[in-house]
Amino acid sequence: MTDTILEPAIENPPVVFTQDHIGWTAWLQPLAEEDLSDRHYEALVDKARAKSSYFALLARDPDILQARTKTDNDIFYNTKDGLPRAERELSATAASRLNGCILCASVHSRFASQHSKRPEDVQKLLDEGVSADLGERWNAIVAASVALSATPPVFGTVHVERLRKAGLTDEEISDLIHSASFFNWANRLMLSLGEPTPAAAA
Amino acid sequence: MTDTIDIIDHLAGIQPETKTATLRDRRPVTREHAQKSWLALFAPAETSEVSLAERFAIATFAASLHAEPQTTAFYAEKLAGSDNGAVLLSTIATLAELSRAEGPYGNYPAGPLSPENAAGPVLAIGEADRAVLGTKLAAGLEHVHLLVFRPRDASPTALQKLLSAGWSTTGIVTLSQLVSFLAFQIRVVAGLKTLAAA
Repeated sequence: MTDTILEPAIENPPVVFTQDHIGWTAWLQPLAEEDLSDRHYEALVDKARAKSSYFALLARDPDILQARTKTDNDIFYNTKDGLPRAERELSATAASRLNGCILCASVHSRFASQHSKRPEDVQKLLDEGVSADLGERWNAIVAASVALSATPPVFGTVHVERLRKAGLTDEEISDLIHSASFFNWANRLMLSLGEPTPAAAA
Repeated sequence: MTDTIDIIDHLAGIQPETKTATLRDRRPVTREHAQKSWLALFAPAETSEVSLAERFAIATFAASLHAEPQTTAFYAEKLAGSDNGAVLLSTIATLAELSRAEGPYGNYPAGPLSPENAAGPVLAIGEADRAVLGTKLAAGLEHVHLLVFRPRDASPTALQKLLSAGWSTTGIVTLSQLVSFLAFQIRVVAGLKTLAAA
């Protein structure tokens, strides 16, 4: 079979950063659910992800999908200590805002809002961009995430000192480094293998 | 190649029992799966879609575009040991030198974000280099440049160029994971080195 590109006709595609529940559609053929083997399900980690065209497409290379997902889950969900979940999600949102991933930013801005109870500040980051004034601790976290996300990264001693001054421990700074760095992985996959689709009508 | 070193420790120069090693040790699952991600891509079970030489060529180019000499040298050495590696390495090193930029840049979908569009270089590999690299790898490296510097410019057209140059759907998934993973690895290494020195 010759491989082909999928070019979905999308009416009213999302063109701004939003906390709405928007969707995503692939530009390449995901694996069909009936073609998934035990190995694919293992790689998906969470079986429900077989319904996601993003994960069903990534399942074409199961070994890297599985390791990617386990890395992702530990960086964001292992919150018994270290940087609060809200601020890991803030870092992910800042990286996504800088790189321009509208879908990634929508998912992780919702998590940031939910865990911080500061949806207006999160929305300000989406609306105004990475220079929005969110208070010094969040400003320091956003600035560090942006510096790490620049290509080449420009994260320097000045960022570490600002984070420490804002009250972050080195353990928390290490968590921030991993959160922002991971989104430079996630953003590139999500941006380059498909595109966002509008939220279902209310 | 890979069974003895932890790649992030190796590239960041992290010695056991140091402050940074302790920071990494408190997240053993992240450590384990960052390593397994690297092994999945560079010691893969399956090389029919993307060969080892292609993987090291892509990694050398991606690391060099990030202006990370140590990471570039690591992958360049692996490339040099592959079939035709020395010739590829010389071409890729020059190409990277000439096509480095500062990202991210690119365009948003037309609308309220359009004022944030930022122009920057687009890599189009010339005939002479294309002859050395081959059609498939040349198209792959053009896509690496897009993913590294201007991921928001990605499009079905960019993926069609890869299919037309001989990449399969599964091969494109692996290529995308390679570059995106390296964007992560390079930043973790840079971030931890900075933290250790601060």
